[in-house]
Amino acid sequence: MTRLLTCKRFLQELNDFLDDTLDPALKQELQKHVNECPNCWVVCDTTEKTLRVFKGMEPQPVPRHIESKLMAALEKKFKAEGEKGCGGQGKVDV
Amino acid sequence: MSTSTVASAFDETALVDRAKAGDTAAFSELVGHYDRRVFRMAKQITQNDDDAEDVLQETFLKAYTHLADFQGNSRFYTWLVRIAVNEALMKLRKRRSDKTVPLDEPIDTGEDEMIREIAVWDENPEETYSRDELANILDQAIQSLKPAYRTVFILRDIEEMSIEETAEALNLSISAVKSRLLRARLQLREKLTRQFKHKGDDAFAYL
Repeated sequence: MTRLLTCKRFLQELNDFLDDTLDPALKQELQKHVNECPNCWVVCDTTEKTLRVFKGMEPQPVPRHIESKLMAALEKKFKAEGEKGCGGQGKVDV
Repeated sequence: MSTSTVASAFDETALVDRAKAGDTAAFSELVGHYDRRVFRMAKQITQNDDDAEDVLQETFLKAYTHLADFQGNSRFYTWLVRIAVNEALMKLRKRRSDKTVPLDEPIDTGEDEMIREIAVWDENPEETYSRDELANILDQAIQSLKPAYRTVFILRDIEEMSIEETAEALNLSISAVKSRLLRARLQLREKLTRQFKHKGDDAFAYL
């Protein structure tokens, strides 16, 4: 029972444990739990790996034809804003 | 203000200052620096290429129009993300007008179903799969999340914004961000475990 509660507590604190934003005492307590509990160790390890694979994905460049359209739209905007004053200083229509 | 030409190191603050003073080249440089991240985020939230293209364009046009309103209280990128997220969510709502608006749906906090798969992974999926295969697997995993979880995960764990910035961008409380993030992370862990688990031995067969 005690162990079950601790696993639940561990899960509740998993975010802060992974993000390393816990106070040292609690962190130590959870670290002890994760070292002793094989299930929580696996959950913690695989969650950490999940975050790592997502973080490791570099965004692909915007396809050239889409970027060209974006730049053309911006050029048009620059020109329009330029005619009524400087960028950002004209009256803004929301 | 520095009179040097475009610095090799990216200096967001200096570029924003120049853009605010009317330097359109500086604004274009900001666009070039962030467009791929805005586009990826728009695709992940809307799950639709045409919508993502619109979001990309509207985000930067709006950012330019409202540049004077950017006070520098947050990072420019955080401000930009906030615009992009709003645009993307508007698209999502439009497309799903016949369904419930996803961001407001009540969040099921039942914890019992959060952990099903407990299995170690084969070593680094980054080495087992090609870049494209891995990107595909991750995209599918993200798509399977409800938008309320997906959006929080994208901002916090892909765009690496802080909990506070994520809360601000999505107009959510810190505690809502934290609970959604935990659910998102655990659900993705489940999905990826099904894909990446070490096959052939059940490490916890004794349980």
